[in-house]
Amino acid sequence: MKLTLKIWRQNGANDKGGLVDYKLDGVSPDMSFLEMLDMLNEQIINEGGEPVAFDHDCREGICGMCSLYINGEAHGPDRGVTTCQLHMRMFKDGDTIFIEPFRASAFPVIKDLIVDRTSFDRIQHAGGFISVNTSGNTQDANSLPISKHAADEAMDAATCIGCGACVATCKNSSAMLFVGAKVSQYALLPQGQVEATDRVKNMVAQMDLEGFGNCTNTGACEVECPKGISLDNIARMNRELMKASV
Amino acid sequence: MALDSKVPKGPIKDKWTDYKNHIDLVNPANKRNIDIIVVGTGLAGGSAAATLAELGYNVKAFAYQDSPRRAHSIAAQGGINAAKNYQGDGDSTYRLFYDTVKGGDYRAREANVYRLAEVSANIIDQCVAQGVPFARDYGGLLDNRSFGGVLVSRTFYAKGQTGQQLLLGAYSAMNRQIARGKIQMFNRHEMMDVVIVDGKARGIIARNLVTGEIERHSAHAVVIGSGGYGNVFFLSTNAMGSNVSAGWKIHKKGAHFANPCYTQIHPTCIPVHGENQSKLTLMSESLRNDGRIWVPKKKEDAEAIRAHKLKATDIAEEDRDYYLERRYPAFGNLVPRDVASRAAKERADAGYGVGHNETGEAVFLDFAFAIERYGKEQALIKGLDQNNKALITDLGKKVVEAKYGNLFQMYEKIVDENPYETPMMIYPAVHYTMGGVWVDYNLMTTIPGCYCIGEANFSDHGANRLGASALMQGLADGYFVLPYTIGDYLSNDIRTGTIPTDTPEFDQAEKEVREKVDFFINNNGTKSVDHFHKRLGKIMWNKVGMARNEKGLKEAMTEIKALREEFWKDVKVPGTADTYNEELAKAGRVADFLELGELFAKDALERNESCGGHFREESAEEDGPQKGEAKRDDENFAYVAAWEYKGEPAKAVLHKEELEFKDIELKQRSYK
Ligand SMILES: Cc1cc2nc3c(=O)[nH]c(=O)nc-3n(C[C@H](O)[C@H](O)[C@H](O)COP(=O)(O)OP(=O)(O)OC[C@H]3O[C@@H](n4cnc5c(N)ncnc54)[C@H](O)[C@@H]3O)c2cc1C
Ligand code: SF4
Ligand code: FES
Repeated sequence: MKLTLKIWRQNGANDKGGLVDYKLDGVSPDMSFLEMLDMLNEQIINEGGEPVAFDHDCREGICGMCSLYINGEAHGPDRGVTTCQLHMRMFKDGDTIFIEPFRASAFPVIKDLIVDRTSFDRIQHAGGFISVNTSGNTQDANSLPISKHAADEAMDAATCIGCGACVATCKNSSAMLFVGAKVSQYALLPQGQVEATDRVKNMVAQMDLEGFGNCTNTGACEVECPKGISLDNIARMNRELMKASV
Repeated sequence: MALDSKVPKGPIKDKWTDYKNHIDLVNPANKRNIDIIVVGTGLAGGSAAATLAELGYNVKAFAYQDSPRRAHSIAAQGGINAAKNYQGDGDSTYRLFYDTVKGGDYRAREANVYRLAEVSANIIDQCVAQGVPFARDYGGLLDNRSFGGVLVSRTFYAKGQTGQQLLLGAYSAMNRQIARGKIQMFNRHEMMDVVIVDGKARGIIARNLVTGEIERHSAHAVVIGSGGYGNVFFLSTNAMGSNVSAGWKIHKKGAHFANPCYTQIHPTCIPVHGENQSKLTLMSESLRNDGRIWVPKKKEDAEAIRAHKLKATDIAEEDRDYYLERRYPAFGNLVPRDVASRAAKERADAGYGVGHNETGEAVFLDFAFAIERYGKEQALIKGLDQNNKALITDLGKKVVEAKYGNLFQMYEKIVDENPYETPMMIYPAVHYTMGGVWVDYNLMTTIPGCYCIGEANFSDHGANRLGASALMQGLADGYFVLPYTIGDYLSNDIRTGTIPTDTPEFDQAEKEVREKVDFFINNNGTKSVDHFHKRLGKIMWNKVGMARNEKGLKEAMTEIKALREEFWKDVKVPGTADTYNEELAKAGRVADFLELGELFAKDALERNESCGGHFREESAEEDGPQKGEAKRDDENFAYVAAWEYKGEPAKAVLHKEELEFKDIELKQRSYK
């Protein structure tokens, strides 16, 4: 395959940045999207240029490190996958592909396609935990049965990989799906009840402080979420917040 | 210096308890005055950082990713072992201990493994209390699955994302301590070297990967939890950034490196598709419960498949060779990982590989039988027509989908073939490294005050790791072992005060790091870092991979040395040192792999026996029913090979820690 790539290049947070065109030949449909970028970078290095910076690590859709806004879609055209799981067979010979970073004021660009998502971490510091020390004499794991239904639902919420596609997709740059998933995981488990009130208030306060926008229920986040995190989690968080506020 | 494993005296089941009762403690007020550096925030580093901070120490934690939650532990799929005996199937601490030592082909240290088994149950309690959503049954109790190589059901899991959930648990415990100010987290930071003051580890030099700044960090102790080094093979199931550098840097400053050649090559991975491949994807071991592995009996059929002239489904039943069932009737497709991997390679090397890829290396993993069997079962239960083929297939597919749906989908996304209709293609890939930095019972390296935990150390898995035991070890080390053992050491440091960083030792370490960085940036070579990394990977895979022999290993040592020299002359690192520069970070990591690779080959050469994941062609059974199988040599090789750095890897000096087996009888493994 022969491709034209229009890639966002930005040398650090203070640079204005812009799209740069690249031609790439010999791309195989079996390659992953990131392998295609590796190939481009090898070409750029051999020509004496500076390779395109992008985030990635596990390359199997679980670490949440890869991002990219591809032809106007977070993680590209395929559904239920991250960019590292996207394959070139989703594109055609001769295609032009736009590649940009995830954009949100709470995700400032570090370089080229790399953004800073530590705002997500700070929301977790505010309450994304259950306060239990490691002692070696915590009560036996089976002393408190949890309904399979609740456990499965908590697990579904907990599969969020913290990639930020929900924020990048949302026209308001809202982080409600991400925060809702974490709040839900704990809200569904008995262990999470003790601190439930403080948790939801603190996490939401931090989310606002970081500059994420409001949720206007467009549902775009759910569509682009590579892990299928459901909008129900946002509803559950809102209920938790109501409970906490009365 | 003689190696002292510091294993406490007394019966194995009392060692750890007695030890804990007699160590020195640091009082809570004094912990405030003690700093600890933890490099790595995977299961090992993350759990250690959180627990040490809970105890009151000041922790500085480092990770090269942008968040602790992204450490490669996140990718673990299958599960975590623990001797809870919730299923009442006879499990016990002793049995978990026994299985782990046997699975490791009797090359692990007994006392460490026993302790691991002992604390395993606490891990599950702790994780559940943290809100880890393990799978449960309808009664609300925890569910278990069974894994290869054992006779009980002791594996706890969270769908196919156990590592993710456990890591997010440790991450949440870290977050709580970050919020309290007890952990300072340094994301996107790479440890470049350890700083030794008066013979003790007292800090590190780190590089901020975003700004390029070189930073000094001091502490009273340094803990390395930097994961495995499988990426020395270039292609592996590890993350792209996984590296040996932290472990290698301490090795060069005095920490012995143990059993570098012990590598686990996992039999069920998606085969390499071409030269541009960047990493390999694991298909969970659980698939071997239902899939049958085969290649064609006739070479011409295999050739035709490789040339796309025939499809798997065109091969008649009598023309298929279910080679695992043929060679190992007792265990069949469920032989341990090392055995299954070698058998696949044997068939591919003999010309029976079926890969559509450039190498032709692949074997089939076929679910047609499972689909039929489950379909008939369902028809019977539901009282439907058992002779209706279409119905049976449909019912069977549903069962298989419920069990492995996510894996099948992942396979289809990558390979673009539907595994419900046609067999999967699989091939072995580098997955885990049992070798690593040598540590004593306290998890301390041969550098005082420098500890090593998780996959980065060598301790608990001997020559072969059983499934679901790496997660257990990482969390055992971090939550339950290190927090005790490090206290014993730090009790001597309560009056030391903050370690200054404006000392000649820090000056010198920083200078060396700067010189290295400047060298790469100014080298102006002609070939990219990946170019060298790929070539190293090929040498490793071909000559130091699944089966090794003296000739190949000697060649590998020479070739790697030559490649290393070429790398230093000709590597090209674009860009500058003061911005985000991934090529620069990679160059440093590959430089270390190029040294490790040679030591790895040397270790494999020296170990003239086959054991666990290490198969030496010269050491195979010569006759009898076991002909051709691995032959372990307990008389000459029942030791840990700990290598001391002496400049060039080829000059490394071997120290042997003899392994004693007082509680387990040594036996040859047989799966016939
Ligand atoms: C695909 C896959 C599936 C697996 N499935 C299972 C399973 O089902 N059950 C099981 O028990 N085991 C499994 N394993 C093995 C297990 O996941 C790992 O052995 C284990 O998670 C390693 O944990 P760790 O904490 O030692 O290292 P890691 O999780 O790899 O963490 C390493 C940390 O060190 C940091 N780091 C590394 N180098 C540096 C440096 N130079 N400077 C600063 N920081 C650095 C990284 O940023 C990271 O935070 C699997 C492994 C893989 C690859
Ligand atoms: S909710 Fe989905 S899109 Fe948002 S961070 Fe989590 S996994 Fe990514
Ligand atoms: S690189 Fe880990 S999710 Fe894509």
